[in-house]
Amino acid sequence: MNILSWFNDQVLRMTWLNDLVGAGIAAAGLDPASRLGGSVQFFIYDVIKIFLLLSVLIFGISWVQSYFPPERTRRILGGRTGLGASVLAALLGTITPFCSCSSIPIFIGFTAAGLPRAVTFSFLISSPLVDLASLILLASVFNWPVALAYVAVGLVIAVVAGTLIGRAGMEDQVADFVRTVPVHDNEQSMTRSARGAFAKGEVAAILRRVWPYVLIGVGIGAAIHNWVPEAVVTGLLGQDKWWSVPLATVIGIPMYPDIFGTLPIAEALLAKGVGLGTVLSFMMAVTALSLPSLILLKRVVKMRLLTMFVGVLTAGIVVMGLVFNALTPWFV
Amino acid sequence: MITKVLGSGCRRCVALGENALAAARAAGKEVELVKVTDMAQIAGYGVMSTPGLVIDERLVSTGKVLTAEEIRALLQPL
Repeated sequence: MNILSWFNDQVLRMTWLNDLVGAGIAAAGLDPASRLGGSVQFFIYDVIKIFLLLSVLIFGISWVQSYFPPERTRRILGGRTGLGASVLAALLGTITPFCSCSSIPIFIGFTAAGLPRAVTFSFLISSPLVDLASLILLASVFNWPVALAYVAVGLVIAVVAGTLIGRAGMEDQVADFVRTVPVHDNEQSMTRSARGAFAKGEVAAILRRVWPYVLIGVGIGAAIHNWVPEAVVTGLLGQDKWWSVPLATVIGIPMYPDIFGTLPIAEALLAKGVGLGTVLSFMMAVTALSLPSLILLKRVVKMRLLTMFVGVLTAGIVVMGLVFNALTPWFV
Repeated sequence: MITKVLGSGCRRCVALGENALAAARAAGKEVELVKVTDMAQIAGYGVMSTPGLVIDERLVSTGKVLTAEEIRALLQPL
C-alpha cells in the first residue's frame, strides 16, 4: 500500500477511529447504518478527530510561531515595498496567530512603524484566512490538492486585496492615535523549555476558546449528514444555482468560529453534493470576516477603508468560489 | 506601585493579572492592579501581542503569561 495514502487515511482522516466508533455504537445496540446511529457515529468520530488533530497541530505550529513574534515579523518586513513585500507579508501571515482579535494590535504596530498599507493589509488578511493548521485539516477533510489550492488562493486574495487597498490612497483613513504609537523592539529570546511552555499554553488557550464552536459545528454537520434531505441542500446551494457562492459567502461573513468549527459543516455540505467552490467560499468568509473582528477594526480604521476592506475581501472570496466550482472536476 | 495588564479581557490576561497579584503578595509589596482593555491605550504602549505587563509605566513583557515567580523577579529591583 502507498505510504502517503495510508498516512492520509489512518493518521489524518483516522478511518480506524470511525470504524472503532461504529463498532462501539453497534455494541451499544444502535445500528450505525440507521439515521440516528449514523448521526451519533459522525458526531463522536468527528469531535474526537478534530480535538486530536487540533491539539497536535496547535502544539507544533505554536512551536514554529514562537520563532516569529510580531516584532520579528515587523523587522523582516521593515523597509520593504512593492509586490514582493506584500507576498512576503502574506506568507508570514500564515505562521502568525490564528485569532483575528490578535491581529488588530499587530495592524496598529505595523502602521505605526510605517509599513506600507498594502503590506499591512496583505498580512492582516492572510493571518486569519490561511494558516498551517488549516492546510493540514483541509487535507484531512478533503484531500491534498484541495488543501494546497485553498492556501494558494488564500495567499493570492491576501496579496491582491492588500495591493488594491494600498493603491486606493487611504492614508488618512487610519485612526489618528495609531500614528503616535511608540515602536518598541521588545523581542525577548526564548529558551527551548519556554517554547514548549508557550506551545502548551497556546493549545490550552485555543481549545478553551474553540470547543463550543467545534461541538456546534459538528452537531450541525451531523444534522446535515443524516437528517436534511439532499434535495433541500442542493436546491439552496447546488452547483447549478448561480447564487450558491454569493449566498454561502454572505451567510459566512458574520459568523465568528474559526476554521476548526466550520470544517465539519463543510465536510457534510460537500457530501450532500454542494460544489467545492461554494464550500470553500463559506469557509473563507467565516474565517476572514467576522462581526467581532470588524467591530475591533472599526476602532482603528475609518469607515471608507473598512468598507473597502470588506468589499474587496467579499469580492475576492466570491470570485474564488466561482473559479473553484468551474474547476471542481480537477480536484474531486 | 501600579501594575497594568494590557489585553482585551481574555483568559490569558486574567491569568497574568492573578499571577501579578500573587507575585506582589509574595514580595510583600503594595501593588495596584489596573486592567487596560482599550485597544488605543494598549497599542499606545507599543504592544503587538497581548497580554502585556506594565510595571510603573515600564513595559516588561508582551504576549506571555508570566508566572508569579517571573513577575516577582521583575518586581525585586524596583
